[in-house]
Amino acid sequence: MPIIVIMTGITIAIASGKGGTGKTFISTNLFNSLQDSRLSIALVDCDAEAPNDREFLKEGVLQSSHAVNQKIPVIDKTKCTYCGKCDEYCNFNAIFFLEEPQTIEVLEDLCHGCGACSVACEYGAISEKDDLLGYVNRYRFSTGKELIEGRMEVGVLVSVGIIKESIKMAEPFDLVLLDSPPGTGCPFIQTVYKSDYVVLVTEPTPFGLSDLKQSVAILKEMGIPCGVIINRADMGTDDAQNYLKRENIPLLMSVPFDKEIAVAYSKGEMITNLSTEWKAKFNQLYHTIKEEFEKNKAK
Amino acid sequence: MELAIISGKGGTGKSSISAAFATLQKDIVLADCDVDAANLYLLFNPECDEEHVFISGHKAVMDEEKCINCGICVDYCRFDAIVENENGVSILETLCEGCLLCSRICPQGAITVEEEDRSRYYAGRFKNGRMVYGRLAPGEENTGKLVSKVREKAKEIAEKFGIEHIIIDGPPGIGCSAISAITGVDAVIVVTEPTVSGVHDLKRTLQLTQGFKLPTSVIINKFDINRELSSEIELYCNESGIRVISKLPFNPIVVEAMVHCSSITDYAHDSEISELIKKAHTDIFAGVR
Ligand code: SF4
Ligand code: SF4
Repeated sequence: MPIIVIMTGITIAIASGKGGTGKTFISTNLFNSLQDSRLSIALVDCDAEAPNDREFLKEGVLQSSHAVNQKIPVIDKTKCTYCGKCDEYCNFNAIFFLEEPQTIEVLEDLCHGCGACSVACEYGAISEKDDLLGYVNRYRFSTGKELIEGRMEVGVLVSVGIIKESIKMAEPFDLVLLDSPPGTGCPFIQTVYKSDYVVLVTEPTPFGLSDLKQSVAILKEMGIPCGVIINRADMGTDDAQNYLKRENIPLLMSVPFDKEIAVAYSKGEMITNLSTEWKAKFNQLYHTIKEEFEKNKAK
Repeated sequence: MELAIISGKGGTGKSSISAAFATLQKDIVLADCDVDAANLYLLFNPECDEEHVFISGHKAVMDEEKCINCGICVDYCRFDAIVENENGVSILETLCEGCLLCSRICPQGAITVEEEDRSRYYAGRFKNGRMVYGRLAPGEENTGKLVSKVREKAKEIAEKFGIEHIIIDGPPGIGCSAISAITGVDAVIVVTEPTVSGVHDLKRTLQLTQGFKLPTSVIINKFDINRELSSEIELYCNESGIRVISKLPFNPIVVEAMVHCSSITDYAHDSEISELIKKAHTDIFAGVR
């Protein structure tokens, strides 16, 4: 009997240098096409500023909603001697301090919750309170698979804390898919840095290519293997394909522009539910990723 | 007038519309504030006049010679960025937020501070005026602050050369960089598309602009991909007192223009879509002229 090797404890991030290339389309359909799999699978929506996966994966039932907080200092002005040491310690200018006239305020928007000011204060004037950053919502499907969604509160500045919490919750799953935030900034890095493989979704335009190159460069620096999906492949130039060939980066899939897909997507419907052909294609995508991943591991 | 063009999510066509608006002006300052993926310079190939270093933050660096592996810093770091294993204590650069608490409490003085100085911002000239654009180095933080720098520079240039209008191509999302791109502007255009995710992001974005009490209008791009949702968006905007100034049809020519490194209004000046964009442009700028 052939021995079936099952990949477990694998994290695959789906990312793109710029938004709107179809990252959510790929993530949700890949996840959906794997509903019959024997693996326990979680899709984590790490785009906490604009989480959308839920709009497509409506069947999941909400299991829990977990608040993510950050610590914010509170200054007791009756104990404060206006020495200014906390201001000196805060590297984010989150403490507004004036010696004359004596003024001290915490600028909560700028605070990262590092706790340096509490350590600095020698007069016990600083305590801390919880500040709500957002929620991690868990949705469970009848197949046991889960969608874990990080959702930032409107008006909060930084999504990184929520992303970290969301990914942590997916740790027990065999296969974790991460729908990454756009760009190559901090939220992207926090999402991909523990991934085993990154799927970059791009479009064949000069913008797409420029962002793709930047994403590839940073992943190289981090030592994470990646492959590329070209979306709306027929609506642009061959430059992206040529670039991939030159750089020896695998092209995992090409998705042509298709009105059926665009319309289904606009309605929040999944092409993998509407078309067996597309379901098979996404299944194949998973196998291609798996093969690429194993090739890399063997290296 | 300072006009910011934003979108809850990328890919709605925000940059194409910013580019078109910019090329409809004779003399404009265009500020590309999508600093994570600044792209407009690819279209306009500006002649660069100024380059500035942007210090995005700090990173803690460990001197292994001095470290005695006491582990005190491990306990103090709230970002799990310092770990202790068989090889001793080390700093995980990707998790470090640069608060520098570790450097202050280390009894051995083994942790020093390094500036993150790989990000840049530039100012230059292009055929329709001046352009300011930022480039955040991968993984560096403080997009919001870089956006503010780009805007400051844009204002400075507008004043220096007596240019009346600034167009800001904003970043996607509703986080710190988006907030920095819109605070205090005279008008905001939110570009959206009729998809369920587009609607969802639009609502969050409008919550933000209304929170800041900014005069906001909406452009529905590719409205004919889903007319039902487009009407829903219009209804929602009407009820919230927000004007939908234009509905643009889906047209592959928009991508074609981009592929030819041109704005849509330059590339296909007399096309239906260009006419519609021109109308929206007049609509926005007419009030201030
Ligand atoms: S917790 Fe850190 S960031 Fe916040 S005020 Fe204190 S020192 Fe500044
Ligand atoms: S360190 Fe403590 S006493 Fe000194 S200014 Fe800050 S809060 Fe006041």
